[in-house]
Amino acid sequence: MTLDLPLIWGLILAIGVFMYVLLDGFDLGVGMLTFHARSDEERNMMTATIEPVWDGNETWLIIGGGGLFAAFPKAYGIIMPAFYLPVLIMLAALIFRGVAFEFRHKAVRKPTRVFWNSAFFGGSATAAFAQGLMLGGMIQGINVEGGAFAGGAFDWLTPFSILVGVSVVIGYLLLGSCWLVLKTEGELYNRARNWARMSLVGVAIAFLAVSLATLAIDPSVGARWGFTMTSIDFARLLPLSPAPIAGMALCAWLWRDLSMKPGPNAAPDWRPYLLAVGVFLSGYIGLGVSLYPYIVPFEYTIWDAAARDNALGFMLVGAGIMLPIILLYTAYVYSLFWGKVKPGDGYHG
Amino acid sequence: MDFDALLLSRIQFAFVIAFHIMFPAFTIGLAAFLAVCEGLWLKTGHEAFKRLYLHWVKIFALAFAMGVVSGVVMSYQFGTNWSVFSEIAGSVIGPLLGYEVLTAFFLEATFLGVMLFGWNKVGRKLHFVATCAVAIGTTISAFWIISANSWMQTPQGFAVDPATGNFYATDWMKVIFTPSFPSRLAHMLIAAYITTAAVVLAAGAWQVLRGRVTKPTRWQMRMASGTLAILLPLQIMLGHESGLIAHEYQPAKIAAAEGWCETAPIQGTMLIAWPADNACGHAGITIPGTSPYLFAGTPEGEDLKGLDQFAPEDTPPIWLVFYGFRIMVGAGLAMLGLGLWGCFLWWRGRLDEKGLFHWAAVPGGALGFIAVITGWIVAEVGRQPYTVYGHLRTVDSVSPVSTAQVATSLLVFMVTYAIIFTAGTVYMARIATRGFDDDPKGPKEARRPPGSPMGAVDEPAETGEDIVAAD
Repeated sequence: MTLDLPLIWGLILAIGVFMYVLLDGFDLGVGMLTFHARSDEERNMMTATIEPVWDGNETWLIIGGGGLFAAFPKAYGIIMPAFYLPVLIMLAALIFRGVAFEFRHKAVRKPTRVFWNSAFFGGSATAAFAQGLMLGGMIQGINVEGGAFAGGAFDWLTPFSILVGVSVVIGYLLLGSCWLVLKTEGELYNRARNWARMSLVGVAIAFLAVSLATLAIDPSVGARWGFTMTSIDFARLLPLSPAPIAGMALCAWLWRDLSMKPGPNAAPDWRPYLLAVGVFLSGYIGLGVSLYPYIVPFEYTIWDAAARDNALGFMLVGAGIMLPIILLYTAYVYSLFWGKVKPGDGYHG
Repeated sequence: MDFDALLLSRIQFAFVIAFHIMFPAFTIGLAAFLAVCEGLWLKTGHEAFKRLYLHWVKIFALAFAMGVVSGVVMSYQFGTNWSVFSEIAGSVIGPLLGYEVLTAFFLEATFLGVMLFGWNKVGRKLHFVATCAVAIGTTISAFWIISANSWMQTPQGFAVDPATGNFYATDWMKVIFTPSFPSRLAHMLIAAYITTAAVVLAAGAWQVLRGRVTKPTRWQMRMASGTLAILLPLQIMLGHESGLIAHEYQPAKIAAAEGWCETAPIQGTMLIAWPADNACGHAGITIPGTSPYLFAGTPEGEDLKGLDQFAPEDTPPIWLVFYGFRIMVGAGLAMLGLGLWGCFLWWRGRLDEKGLFHWAAVPGGALGFIAVITGWIVAEVGRQPYTVYGHLRTVDSVSPVSTAQVATSLLVFMVTYAIIFTAGTVYMARIATRGFDDDPKGPKEARRPPGSPMGAVDEPAETGEDIVAAD
């Protein structure tokens, strides 16, 4: 039996990108929410919930870039030039935000402190938006001729990609506020529940808007879900429908959890984050169904763009050994920092 | 010279990678230094080592963050600006970078959290394990990066697919372990230790000049001087070994670095040079006949190739390689001098008495970075005009993106890096120049327990002006 290596690597990459969305998603979300911090103390408490883990979270992004290069060099060589400017925007935003974790504590004067605090939430928001722009650009398709990117510098910039960009921002806000529900107490905790409810409404609307827009923008995606200009093919739609239905159900459940009065019967604080992950997963599966098996949408499939089998096989040995180990120690570090961040933790003075 | 997408992409790559390499070079060395300090503390119980650890780990946190963010940039550069290279060489070089992410990046990034924020959450031994995990992670990372780069310098173990023109590996062991790899990896790792030692020495010397000599200061000066004195001779040997291999596989690089204009059986070593109108663009004072000692591996009767042997389109930009090489060697020799001087003073018991040595050691903290950057210029500019030496030209590697886009990105990176570099350097220097409290249980230490979420980063500044990064 021979392994379908491109398919396996497509899955590994898909899981890697999803891990990135889950993990860096919440810390970008918390970063954006620091905009609403009422005091330095509150801001520090918010960042304290993500400081020990953000480095590891962002590493999943390198799986996205590096994994695409290693496993699908042809796709990497087309997608990266196509998204030259949004990649640049994302990188610059992540640079400012990444160093701001450290620098905002080092700045002495007020203007520099304000600068790095702004770099922190501004960078978080910009990075999230740029990722959404790229996702939108992927869904709407890339102009390829003769095996290379042949479009313009701003092909990715459309009303649709902006819609997806905004949706990703809202989605990360949901993950971030649910993370704060898990990690904080008191006043901040109550505000986080509020933020989570608001972003959940946004997510539900965005979910619907992006789904409809995707069906409209690309007939081949519509056809895959059983929608044509004139009719609905239920034989196609029904087997796929559990993903969006589960997404809606999870939204409802999350709303119920977030609306409960705190007390002995309230939902445990870890559940909102887990449910938000479920919402993301249903959307992600829906996206996968829409695009599979294309890696450069509607031009190259994962088999067209894959590296040689001997390269994929060589890497699979490493990934097979290392990915479980990585997941284990990542889980260990998370468990180490499990629990609420205490107010006043670690403040000098 | 046309400022087209190709030239701008080259400038951009040189800029972002030169910026990036400073931080790995520093953090590889610093992680090892921290592991040694923590290990010594656990072994001997001397407070001085613990205080050294807690002091330098704060600088490490800053440097590591800057290394991470500039490293993420690198993983996208190949695709955005060198997409043709990525497609042609991706099946060979991609897996090496993939292995770096799998075996190194996650290890260092994940355990960094424990290292910085876990002081009170895990036991001493486990914390030491986390420090070692980070140190090992940085080293494994260097292994894969140098492996990938060495394959670009001395490619082997691959073939060309006749249908697509893409490269594919035929022997992975040969791809990973190319002829230039072992000596270049050792050269880079030692360079990292040396760079860190020079910085640690400079910070210690600054304390002495300020009249704040404490036990940790004394130890950091001793350790740094000793490291420099021991490692630099080794480093010069490793560099020479690298040169011999380059001479065999990339003779144009060595001809440019040594400034050999004409082919001759015996070449000299140029000491001082100035611009001139000949094949290599400069002339100078040469020690004649030194090459038989330096390049003893060359077969009997074979001439040492000068730049006249290579067509202009196959020759690297000479002056960068030539002067880069000289600056690197000069910086190395200066650090050797500092190390020996420091050890001499240690032996005489005067290492912590204010003196000329300390005035020299403070600016000497920059020498390692200068040597690392110029060394990489020799290696990478010397590889031109190829990306994969002898097989794929730089001109055939560039992405189909517009000049305007690359000009924009170059500008954005320059502004971004200028801001974070200035701020980062100021913040790091502020911590590095702050003295150690005489009482290890003094108020400052107690106020900032490193196990608390803010511990590693929350630092009141003692002196110095804040930079104005904002408008």
